[in-house]
Amino acid sequence: MLLRVSSWMISFMNYRRWSEFDMISIRNIFRLGLVLGLAIGSVSCDLLGSGVRVHLAEPFPAKLSKWRLFEAGAMPLKPNKGVVPYDLNTPLFSDYATKHRTIWMPEGTAAVYNGEDVFDFPVGTVITKSFSFPDEKNPGRERILETRLLVRAKDGWKALPYIWNEAQTEATLEIVPDPVEISFKDPGGTQHNITYSIPNANECAQCHERHKTLLPLGPKARNLNRDLAYAEGPANQLDHWTKIGYLKGAPAAAEAPRVPVWNDPTSGSLDARARAYLDNNCAHCHRPGGVAGYTAFLTEFTETDMRRLGYFKPPNSAGYTGNRPFDIVPGKPEESILLYRMESTRPKERMPEIAREIVHREGIQLIREWLASLPQEQTAARSAAATARPRDAAKEAP
Amino acid sequence: MKRFVPAVLVVSLLLFAAACNSGSSESSSSASPADFQKKLQEDLIKAAPGAVIEIPEGKFKLDKTLSLKVDKVTIRGKGMDKTILSFAGQKAGSAGMLVKANDFTIEDLAIEDAAGDALKVEDGTNITIRRVRVEWTAGPKETNGPYGIYPVTCKNVLIEDSVAIAASDAGIYVGQSDTVIMRRNRAERNVAGIEIENTKNADVYENTATNNTGGIMAFNLPDLPVQGGENVRIYNNKIIGNNTANFAPTSQIVAGLPTGTGVLVMAIRNVEIFKNVIKDNNTANINITTFSPPEDKPIKNEKYNQFVASVYIHDNEISGGGASPDVRLPKIAGLTRAAGKTFADVLYDGVIEPKDGKPGTMADAKICLDNNGAATFLNYDAANGFKKMGKDAKAYKCALPALAAISLPQTGAAGGGM
Repeated sequence: MLLRVSSWMISFMNYRRWSEFDMISIRNIFRLGLVLGLAIGSVSCDLLGSGVRVHLAEPFPAKLSKWRLFEAGAMPLKPNKGVVPYDLNTPLFSDYATKHRTIWMPEGTAAVYNGEDVFDFPVGTVITKSFSFPDEKNPGRERILETRLLVRAKDGWKALPYIWNEAQTEATLEIVPDPVEISFKDPGGTQHNITYSIPNANECAQCHERHKTLLPLGPKARNLNRDLAYAEGPANQLDHWTKIGYLKGAPAAAEAPRVPVWNDPTSGSLDARARAYLDNNCAHCHRPGGVAGYTAFLTEFTETDMRRLGYFKPPNSAGYTGNRPFDIVPGKPEESILLYRMESTRPKERMPEIAREIVHREGIQLIREWLASLPQEQTAARSAAATARPRDAAKEAP
Repeated sequence: MKRFVPAVLVVSLLLFAAACNSGSSESSSSASPADFQKKLQEDLIKAAPGAVIEIPEGKFKLDKTLSLKVDKVTIRGKGMDKTILSFAGQKAGSAGMLVKANDFTIEDLAIEDAAGDALKVEDGTNITIRRVRVEWTAGPKETNGPYGIYPVTCKNVLIEDSVAIAASDAGIYVGQSDTVIMRRNRAERNVAGIEIENTKNADVYENTATNNTGGIMAFNLPDLPVQGGENVRIYNNKIIGNNTANFAPTSQIVAGLPTGTGVLVMAIRNVEIFKNVIKDNNTANINITTFSPPEDKPIKNEKYNQFVASVYIHDNEISGGGASPDVRLPKIAGLTRAAGKTFADVLYDGVIEPKDGKPGTMADAKICLDNNGAATFLNYDAANGFKKMGKDAKAYKCALPALAAISLPQTGAAGGGM
């Protein structure tokens, strides 16, 4: 797999890129800012400690800094010792937010590999995801809005949303965060002025729950199986996690499943990229045991039943679907409810239902191409074959 | 690059000054709508099991789904016309209120104008919904939320003394659930007034369903994970004049519900309908039918049984049904060409599940009609192109064992009725 250093991180320092928009200036600002910041921070601030401090029960710290997941005062965030950045092949779209993910596990513990699903993480695991947007007031810089923590406590995972202050110096745990007005240009140059809604604790569970149990979504083998530029040099994430003792039981990366990068045609076929997109943008709810499992429209990458995937599946309780007949009509994007829901921003129609205010133009383009590419002859054949049963049954009746 | 240096320095200094003082500036609270919503949502998240969350009198504007995940919580207002949660102009979330918890009680409040479903309760055991009104205040509209009171995949559900108005699918609904009592409710101007879908063991009594497209329906649909709904008693209800033109979005299955349906019994077995007043529903007072999917929407679920059997309809007061069938639907229009411009009180498609590879018989179907006054009847023989239509209800005079009454932990003893 090709490593794209330019789209990654600053290779000689162990911290992550903070912008997709203006790499060069950001990089330089932060090299400087970091050095200065650390120098000042280390002498003036007793928040500085060495090493992550994990909290496994209520009350959880009101301030993010108490976890010591990031080096005190560093902006962009610089993961503390043992806190490992990671990325996913195909992520969830969140209003064009840039997302920065990290994972930390207690000394001597490791996640147990699973080829199909999220790994089994040890008690004490802390996963973070920070959401940022271009900072309109400081061109070239980014503004972090929130850092979400998933903490593997003794009695299961806890979801903790920390909201950053305007000064970007600290984030505070908020059970019901206020929405934030933001303005920014997306990578395609379109200006957006939106009310960015930060999920409350219950809404976290809306996506992260399966069979009523809160679970991480991203860290599965197929999502993690890609290269990342670490301080020590580029490496496959699965291999790296195994090497540093964060993962046991994993095969060599080449043997592990992998989904392509949704917007990189060199990484997989149109079909595989579309399925990867649906896997990470829909299947957190639309999977067995997920919040939308009851709809029987199921979009996991591993799903093989085409009806469950939406082929000619009529909606049940979906409400307004643009008067389109099926979740997916092969070959006909404009007749497929799937696309209608992606294109809508109305609360009761849009999908995903929460945490999306903006239409994902590029994602829609991918799904539109995919729907158009699905063989239309199947349309007639499947419809005819499947219709036979009830009609014949009726004929047999007296 | 150089030009950035001073700015960075200043910013860094400021950053650290702020970090070390760490004075958090909490915004002062006032009584704005956003604050009400935030406070209520916080209360719902922080609630300890056993908590009672009281909402005062007043009309409160909310723009986002309220959600609850804590077990054993009661939400209580001051009355369905006094405590009103208004979601008009809702910005986020599809439901008004979304509950995923056990031992949940909600009472004495109203939920108005939700973007989607008004009150959705998922995967809960021991759910009580009492004296709750859900309403879309502009009346029937295609863009109204689909479901009003909407427990799905629940066990032990009590819905009583509640009101649902103008849902674009079902006003008071229970789906994929087990052990349910729906009593003394009023459903008006919804597409489906009261609906029991893919649900086992339900008692539906003393409700009033009027001016809906259809009054009370009990059925199974194929594309749902929980199958095998059965054992439904519908009794002592008033199901009158459900003739509001179907206003569901046309892609919804419920858009195929004929306007003027009193009671719909579809693809289900073990249903007892008795002591109801069912009148003036223009397509039929009672419609008993197989589920026949649209040709382009075939059934694809091996567990699904599309046929209807063991339906016992007795001691009802039935009159004035079928006077003006809903010819908007091609199937109904087709039937009027064969059967005439009016139907009957009780409409039956006559389709029986094959048995051991052979056609089933009436004895297998067990459709029993007894002591329903002067109710008229029509078997329109759907399986054979309306060839052997029958109007004689006497051929169906028989009795079935009474179904057992349902009891719930919430109600103590079994519900009323026979």
